[in-house]
Amino acid sequence: MTDDFYRVPPPHVPVLRLGDVLLVTLQGDLHDSTAQQLQQEIGETIASSGVTGVVIDISGVEIVDSFLARTLAEIAANSSLLAARTVVAGMRPAVAITLVELGLTLPGLRTALNTEAAMDLLAADTHRPGGPREHR
Amino acid sequence: MPEHETAEQHGSPIREVGEFLRRRREQIAQRWADEPLFRAVFTISRDEAVDAARTVIDALAQVADAERANDTDAAGFTVVREQLARMGAARSRAGFSTAQVSNEVDALRPPAVNLLIADLPDASPDEVRECATALTVLMGTLRLVVLDTALNENQALIERQQLQLLEVATPVIKLWDGIVAVPLIGTLDSARSQVVMETLLQAIVEQHARFAILDITGVPTVDSLVAQHLMKTVAAARLMGAECVVSGIRPAIAQTIVHLGLDLGTVLTRASLADALAYALHELGSGIIAPTNGGTVRGDR
Repeated sequence: MTDDFYRVPPPHVPVLRLGDVLLVTLQGDLHDSTAQQLQQEIGETIASSGVTGVVIDISGVEIVDSFLARTLAEIAANSSLLAARTVVAGMRPAVAITLVELGLTLPGLRTALNTEAAMDLLAADTHRPGGPREHR
Repeated sequence: MPEHETAEQHGSPIREVGEFLRRRREQIAQRWADEPLFRAVFTISRDEAVDAARTVIDALAQVADAERANDTDAAGFTVVREQLARMGAARSRAGFSTAQVSNEVDALRPPAVNLLIADLPDASPDEVRECATALTVLMGTLRLVVLDTALNENQALIERQQLQLLEVATPVIKLWDGIVAVPLIGTLDSARSQVVMETLLQAIVEQHARFAILDITGVPTVDSLVAQHLMKTVAAARLMGAECVVSGIRPAIAQTIVHLGLDLGTVLTRASLADALAYALHELGSGIIAPTNGGTVRGDR
C-alpha cells in the first residue's frame, strides 16, 4: 500500500506564461522523465507562443543531480536557438556548492537571486538595443 | 633465596609503599604543601595546599594498592586528573615551561623518599632499596600523568581556538544594498575556504545581494589550491545569481598567479576594494558623486 503511495506518476510541472516570459517553478525532487518532459514542453511553448524569456525558479529544489543540471543547461541552449533567454533563479547555497564541487559550473547559464531579479534581468535585455526580438 | 622470603613476609614493595603512604599521609602532605608546586598554586591558605596534597597521596596509595605503578591510566589517577590539570595550567600561566613543571613534580619525590627511609629503620637495606625504587617509579608515573594532562589541556585549547578562528576570520559585510564583501585575512586552506563559501552564499541569500566582493588583500600567498578555492566560490555565487568580484590582488601575487599559469579569466577582478565597490555600484545604477562647490554640503556658498 505504501509502495503504491510512493509510486504515483511523476507530477506535471506547470509552465505559466506571463506576458513575454515563461515561468517554470520546480518543486521538490524531480524525476528524470519529468525533467525531459519539461524540456520538450518548454521548447514547444516557446515555438508556439513566441515568448522572449524563460525563468526557471528552482528555489524549492533541494537536490540537483548532474542529470538535472545538464537538463537545465540544455533547456537554456534550446531556448536560445528559439530566440528566448533562460534565467535560472533562486538556487540554494547548498545546491550551488554541490554543483561546483561536481565541476558543473554551467557556464552558459544565466542566473538570478530570485524570480523578481530574473524578470528584471529579462526586461533589461529586451529594452536594450539588439536584444532579443528587438527587430519585431 | 633470602630476598624472596623477605618479599613473602612483607608483601611486594609497591604494596609496602601503598601502606606507607597511608600511614604517613599527614606528614607527606605537610611537606608537599611547602613544595613550590603546591605552594604556588594554592595561595589562599596552607590548609588548601595540604588538602590538595592529601588527595594526591590518596590517589597514589590507591594506585600502589592496585600494583599498577607503571600505568598512567590507573583508576586511582582519574580522580586527581582534574586537580593536576588545574595545577599544571596554573604553573603554565605563571610562565613555566612544561619541563619546569615536570621538575617541580619531581621535587615532590625526595621528601617522600626520605620519609620512607626513615619509616623503615629495622628493614634490611635490600628491602629499603626496593621500596624506595617502587616509590620512585610511582612518582615518575605521577609526573607522566601531570605532563599527559597538561598536553591534553593544550590540545583541547588548540582545537577550541581553531574553531574560533574559523568563526571569527570570515565576516561577511554588507557594503551597500545588494553588495556584500568578505575581507579574507590569513592563509586559506580547504576547511576555511569551505566556511567562507558557505557563509558568503548564505549572506547572498539573506541580503539579496547581487554583488559579492572577495577581498584578498590580507591573504599572504596564493597557490594553485587557493586559486581553485576562489574560482569555486566565484562559480557558486554565480550559480546563485550573484556576481563575484575579486579585489586586492597584490602585484607579487598577480605575478605568482601568472607564473603558475592559472587561468582566472572567468573571474572579474579589481585592484582594490574601493574599485570593486565602485564597479558594483555602477552596475546597480547608483554612483558616488563628490559634492560640488555649490552643493548641499553647507547649504550656502
